[in-house]
Amino acid sequence: MSNDFNPIVEDIALENTSPRSFLDVRDLRVHFPTDDGVVKSVDGITFALERGKTLGIVGESGSGKSVTSLALMGLHRTATDKKKQRGAQISGEIWLDGQDIVSASPEEVRRLRGQKLAMIFQDPLSAMHPFYTVGAQIIEAYRVHNNVSKDVARKRAIEMLELVGIPQPNTRVDDYPHQFSGGMRQRAMIAMALVCNPALLIADEPTTALDVTVQAQILDLMRDLQREFNSALIVITHDLGVVAELADDIMVMYGGKAVEYGRAHDVFKAPEHPYTWGLLASMPRLDRERADRLTPIQGNPPSLINVPSGCAFHPRCPYTAETGGRSSTEIPELAATTPGHLVRCHMDPARRREIFTEKIQGSL
Amino acid sequence: MISYIIRRLFAAVVLLFVISLITFFIFYVFPRLGGQTTESLASQFVGKTQDPNAIQGVIHRFGFDQSVWVQYGRYLKGIFFGYDYDNGTGLVHCPAPCLGYSFRTNTLVSTSIGQWLPVTLSLSLGAAVLWLIFGVAVGVASALKRGTWVDRAGMVTALIGVSLPVYFVGPLLALVFVVNWHIFPDPDYVKLFDDPVGWATHLILPWIAVAFGLAALYARLTRVGMLDTLNEDFIRTARAKGLPERTVIFKHALRAALTPIVTIFGMDLGFALGGVVLAEQVFNLPGIGREAVGAVGQSDLPVIIGVTIVASGFIVLANLVVDLLYGVVDPRVRLS
Repeated sequence: MSNDFNPIVEDIALENTSPRSFLDVRDLRVHFPTDDGVVKSVDGITFALERGKTLGIVGESGSGKSVTSLALMGLHRTATDKKKQRGAQISGEIWLDGQDIVSASPEEVRRLRGQKLAMIFQDPLSAMHPFYTVGAQIIEAYRVHNNVSKDVARKRAIEMLELVGIPQPNTRVDDYPHQFSGGMRQRAMIAMALVCNPALLIADEPTTALDVTVQAQILDLMRDLQREFNSALIVITHDLGVVAELADDIMVMYGGKAVEYGRAHDVFKAPEHPYTWGLLASMPRLDRERADRLTPIQGNPPSLINVPSGCAFHPRCPYTAETGGRSSTEIPELAATTPGHLVRCHMDPARRREIFTEKIQGSL
Repeated sequence: MISYIIRRLFAAVVLLFVISLITFFIFYVFPRLGGQTTESLASQFVGKTQDPNAIQGVIHRFGFDQSVWVQYGRYLKGIFFGYDYDNGTGLVHCPAPCLGYSFRTNTLVSTSIGQWLPVTLSLSLGAAVLWLIFGVAVGVASALKRGTWVDRAGMVTALIGVSLPVYFVGPLLALVFVVNWHIFPDPDYVKLFDDPVGWATHLILPWIAVAFGLAALYARLTRVGMLDTLNEDFIRTARAKGLPERTVIFKHALRAALTPIVTIFGMDLGFALGGVVLAEQVFNLPGIGREAVGAVGQSDLPVIIGVTIVASGFIVLANLVVDLLYGVVDPRVRLS
């Protein structure tokens, strides 16, 4: 079966991260039992992150990146009813500042949410309650974790709005979300997420719903605030441009597994997984002369119920011949190619580098 | 906002005017299109003797010899300034707003409606409280316990509720609780200010009968609304903020899910205030609905028109209140 991988090899990523990192995720699995079978949205991912650092999680729709973020937040409805087996089955460990979120009680996780870890969502219009003012929603987020009066919380909300660059925060605090522009809404969302000064901030596609011109501003803002609050930041996106701006580390996910994980510089400059090559080749570049066409990755993301045998990417991979047929029978391990750079591919590392320099690099 | 309210009020008045015009023409012109002559209309009011002088007298007093426009003009004049009716024995002064004079019962229509209205108000307002509270409560419970026996029990009850008409539920309740078990007194109208307890105990069965079907409808609407809302992104945000589940459900989800319910509730209440015809008939309560049906049977045109205008007034008013309330409930409507 696909689960019988060797956890020791997976743990290579942690070699130099003991003692435990601020955020330490080990062999996280999120499975959803359905009538058609078990959907393995996240199937054994391991990573670590320190305060002040940024991890970019990259992948297509359905690669498991958002499910990962919701698991970190403890927002999945878990299978409590053993008979029904409804909801998510989560296994593995998520250590946040020495506390395991997976085994903690829902009430404990609720207390952490918003206070120690917070989240920014993709579409700020639908992510804010349409019937409450922006200020009321920020005040609520602050007061649920801080025993303060409404006036104190309101001052704090205005302060936060000012911090994220909302003009005239004194009056805008009483506006409703629909009275804000898209960029301002996302700024307000960020203000709401940061109001309790969380140590870990998860941004799930934070700029996808925004104008390109606003995207850069929001990314700048997030970087500045991260520095100011010294929080750990996880940016989840399908847009490599976003992680190129922000991330220290990058994890590329495919079919619920990490296929490449390492420092941003390594993953961008010396990527070794064919899927990462595909992602890079399909990214529009404004700083280059316009190429004829973007190169899409052939095929579709895999079904998470019937994951392709062997390497989940093999049906779309142009280099299966290089592995002597192993890619369709045997699941590759996430193995170190250089220290701190992990790749899940059957191809010989030397051969991968050769293909990258000869065929790929020039076209990026 | 003020100018919006004034505009809406003005539109409401115009609408009522049009309704009165249409109603008036339906009841005064259509009988003639159906072959009724002035004499045959008037002859209904003179008894079996059919004395030509009496008929002529009725024609004159009722204004049947005037054009329909003049008759309508008289009616309007009555509404705004009052009117003096000659009932054959003397002049009866009908002060504004005069909704006409019933020559069948020899009473002013406005006086009669003034007597029937408290009954209908008591019945429909009491029922409205019941159907709103129980409908929303069952709907929320079903949504939160989706797929469990709570959900199934709630929805099966709701299905029964929407399927059973008042004239089935009403007599059944009366049979069980009044005739067999003697728990409640025979439904009747007791004046609220004379005897509040009697008022409630005499009306409890009619309230339940009226509320059952509507509560069932509201339960289903609330359930669907809650399930939709619980999937909204802003609910996920509320949870991500670390709010207790109670706050997420009742402050964030219910608020959004109830917004469409407000609209429907206003309409239903307006409709009910215009006469809960079946329930009043079933429980023999002298409300607007039952009396209007009685008036139809007797061709008592002034009463029919008066009730129609009052009932449509409630519906127009309810619509207005709903629109204004919607602006309060949903800030996105308020400013656009």
